[in-house]
Amino acid sequence: MPQSAEKILDHAPLFREPEYRQMLAEKKLNFECPHADQIVADQGEFTKTWEYREKNLAREALVVNPAKACQPLGAVFAAAGFERTMSFVHGSQGCVAYYRSHLSRHFKEPASAVSSSMTEDAAVFGGLKNMVDGLANTYQLYDPKMIAVSTTCMAEVIGDDLHSFIQNAKDENSVPRDFDVPFAHTPAFVGSHVDGYDGMVKGILEHFWKGQERTEAKGTINIIPGFDGFCVGNNRELKRLLDLMGVSYTFIQDASDQFDTPSDGEYRMYDGGTNIEDVKKALNAEATLSLQYYNTRKTLEYCEQVGQATASFHYPLGVQATDEFLMELSAISGKEIPETIRLERGRLVDAMADSQSWLHGKKYAIYGDPDFVHAMARFVMETGGEPTHCLATNGTSAWEAEMEELLASSPFGKDAQVWAGKDLWAMRSLLFTEPVDLLIGNSYGKYLERDTGTPLIRLMFPIFDRHHHHRFALMGYQGGLRVLTTILDKIFDKLDRETSQTGVTDYSYDLTR
Amino acid sequence: MSLDYENDGALHAKLIEEVLSQYPDKAAKRRKKHLSVAKSGDEAGEEGEVLSECDVKSNIKSIPGVMTIRGCAYAGSKGVVWGPVKDMVHISHGPVGCGQYSWSQRRNYYVGTTGIDTFGTMQFTSDFQEKDIVFGGDKKLEQIIDEIEELFPLNNGITVQSECPIGLIGDDTEAVSRNKAKEHEKTIVPVRCEGFRGVSQSLGHHIANDAIRDWVFEKKDVEFEAGPYDVNVIGDYNIGGDAWASRILLEEIGLRVVGNWSGDATLAEIERAPKAKLNLIHCYRSMNYICRHMEEKYGVAWMEYNFFGPSQIETSLRNIAKHFGPEIEEKTEKVIAKYRPLVDAVIAKYRPRLEGNTVMLYVGGLRPRHVITAYEDLGMVIVGTGYEFAHNDDYQRTGHYVKNGTLIYDDVTGYELEKFIEGVRPNLVGSGIKEKYPVQKMGIPFRQMHSWDYSGPYHGYDGFAIFARDVDLAINNPVWGLYQAPWKESPDRGRAIAAE
Repeated sequence: MPQSAEKILDHAPLFREPEYRQMLAEKKLNFECPHADQIVADQGEFTKTWEYREKNLAREALVVNPAKACQPLGAVFAAAGFERTMSFVHGSQGCVAYYRSHLSRHFKEPASAVSSSMTEDAAVFGGLKNMVDGLANTYQLYDPKMIAVSTTCMAEVIGDDLHSFIQNAKDENSVPRDFDVPFAHTPAFVGSHVDGYDGMVKGILEHFWKGQERTEAKGTINIIPGFDGFCVGNNRELKRLLDLMGVSYTFIQDASDQFDTPSDGEYRMYDGGTNIEDVKKALNAEATLSLQYYNTRKTLEYCEQVGQATASFHYPLGVQATDEFLMELSAISGKEIPETIRLERGRLVDAMADSQSWLHGKKYAIYGDPDFVHAMARFVMETGGEPTHCLATNGTSAWEAEMEELLASSPFGKDAQVWAGKDLWAMRSLLFTEPVDLLIGNSYGKYLERDTGTPLIRLMFPIFDRHHHHRFALMGYQGGLRVLTTILDKIFDKLDRETSQTGVTDYSYDLTR
Repeated sequence: MSLDYENDGALHAKLIEEVLSQYPDKAAKRRKKHLSVAKSGDEAGEEGEVLSECDVKSNIKSIPGVMTIRGCAYAGSKGVVWGPVKDMVHISHGPVGCGQYSWSQRRNYYVGTTGIDTFGTMQFTSDFQEKDIVFGGDKKLEQIIDEIEELFPLNNGITVQSECPIGLIGDDTEAVSRNKAKEHEKTIVPVRCEGFRGVSQSLGHHIANDAIRDWVFEKKDVEFEAGPYDVNVIGDYNIGGDAWASRILLEEIGLRVVGNWSGDATLAEIERAPKAKLNLIHCYRSMNYICRHMEEKYGVAWMEYNFFGPSQIETSLRNIAKHFGPEIEEKTEKVIAKYRPLVDAVIAKYRPRLEGNTVMLYVGGLRPRHVITAYEDLGMVIVGTGYEFAHNDDYQRTGHYVKNGTLIYDDVTGYELEKFIEGVRPNLVGSGIKEKYPVQKMGIPFRQMHSWDYSGPYHGYDGFAIFARDVDLAINNPVWGLYQAPWKESPDRGRAIAAE
């Protein structure tokens, strides 16, 4: 009997005990009707070949292990970045359970959102009644300052019109007439979560800015961070930099406190987020900067329409991307970049110089959201690494072109390949046929690590199987240090593992590296 | 070993009143029917008798805007019933999200080479785009099935798990499945589990069960030598290895588990199920339908059992053995005796650390009742419980488990659960990922009772030991004592400590 009260074995060791191994072997043999081991082994080997890769990349319809989610997830994340805002997702209720779970599993935090719980009858008659009742219930139960409405694909397919539904609900006194109910249509069959983010932020800005007079306040800047699993660390780090520079800024959408509430006995359903009053005033800003262009294309267009200057970045991470971001800030705000920040920059460069021998020539596969992949590829090249495979399932042809341009700008990018629209099963073939030293992505990449042996570095949403990484910044020079250290740790841990066999390989098990 | 206790029904009734007073009238009226306090049954206490009545409305629509914790029919079919069948490819048919959010989240353990002969922890999606909505997705589905056949040739079948849009745009996934099944000589099962169907996961279970009946049974000649002690385990999804910790016991008492539905299952295990002698059903809610069908059509008897905690395991093993006669009964007594020292040692170790601690549960399926005795075996007290998607027959069965005065909440809302927990201040809450962090912020220990909080198994004797350890480590962790900054400690609290 493997189990004992003294040393309790859970799943990981328990099923390695002989009783269970035998039981499982017999189950397979007697009851599963499996394929012969040789056939399975052969097919396994076949999936590692160029021939399989070609078939795999030629797929047109089937998507396997994509690295993207659907629009409403982005909308719910976006809404979480505004003061006392409850997300109300119009459509089927199961979707909302999924968004909440998904966000909670990454942030290890509460994630609130409600659904209008549409069922079969609403599919036939439309979901107006659900909206009217739902807004009233949400308003009364959860005491929000704003309710941000987005949609599941069900409501989109039947064509429910949010604008008129919300008007109707106000007419029926579900919420007070002057209560803020911005909305965004977020069809899951268009784009991805980054577009849902874009739609919701634009919806909120339009709600507050439409028809308002703009009086430009020189030197003030709006910052839109984009969908970012590291918002907790990143937004705080960026604010520190902005404060050091003395810039007058407003974060538009800031979920850093919402997804990092303290444990002190009180459950805060709402915490932090951009103040509603600040959103209103943000119309007057001289410029709006987006930290992630592909998360904010429509929002930036709108900002331009109202007369603001705009600039966008691709997840300012590493040396040059941070340089550009700070210089742009400086140019718009008229504030100089202080010496302290220059010293910080120098410290990151110093660290990179100290470690360059371990990084030069390392090959990487990078996947994730378009802006992040751009940023990582750029930073990798700054360290002398080669971003061999750059993949974004939600990458567009415009992104592909921009990536090509980036890669062409450095000798370290000359062998790099860009994979827009491809998924992680395609990545599996790429890693088998053109192997790399390191894989950068999110938790889903662990299956690639298992299959191909490529060490995985988790720097992208969602991270389910490691804790608290998102609490640390990746952006800015300080973030660069964190990314650098994370990559180096992975390299050193692997080398130590490979050289740790006593009397066989441990001559290379160096104390100093 | 049922503990004798009663809960504070008056407090619970007051809490119900308080939460209802916060709703708009219309919603309060509807929610009232879902909340109650368990009342003493007529013949309380005797084994198998009803301990209490849990009279609430259930399995009706959730109210919009209240933050129901429920999921959808797709979650019930792909996420629960079909997803764990390991040698089939399950296509999440529609937009990308549903498959993405449910990818690898239920911890249905299996053995196999993923991507080659098993496909459990993968996300296959048709990733619907606008043009698929406008022009229909049947052509795309055909192509997807062909591509699966080419890239994953060792799959033993395919299921098509419909997401919301499929039923709305009028796609004919049945026709596609039928044609492609013929062409590829494979089992292809269309499942009409669009998320808007029904009121929760529950209808998805039912639809998934029906799909087994209509698209798997009697479709192939099943070559299988039936034996006298053949059983199927039904409704064990092998979460964290639950089904394995159960199977080992059933084999030890001399039974042959010829199929496990659906954790770690292959299609072959499902196909041969009607040849078994007895269906043992653990999660009654999600798979009773197919058991009833197998009884009617093939004469396979079924019985419910409960492998959570030693009291229920012993009772269940004996009930199962009774079905097969003296030889199995004798072996069963030996197995019970063999594990008794383990049980005694686990209880001796943990009961003193857990005795009298109160627990609130809110889960799905079978657990809001099935796990109760496991806690009681450790000396703990269940003060409240409720189901996400139960039906009347679940609440009837719950009466066999809960004590007078227990707070009962059906399809609880985020608001209610928070207020109930605040009002009761239990020592432990067992619920899901969405509930975990709000509860912990309040300083109350929590265990996820869907995923076993990444631990498990919890079934069987081996599982009970892990369960006891996990409950102990949740409740007795020092972090709960660190919540108050010492310079903020209230004077009241300071005095209370000094007086001890």
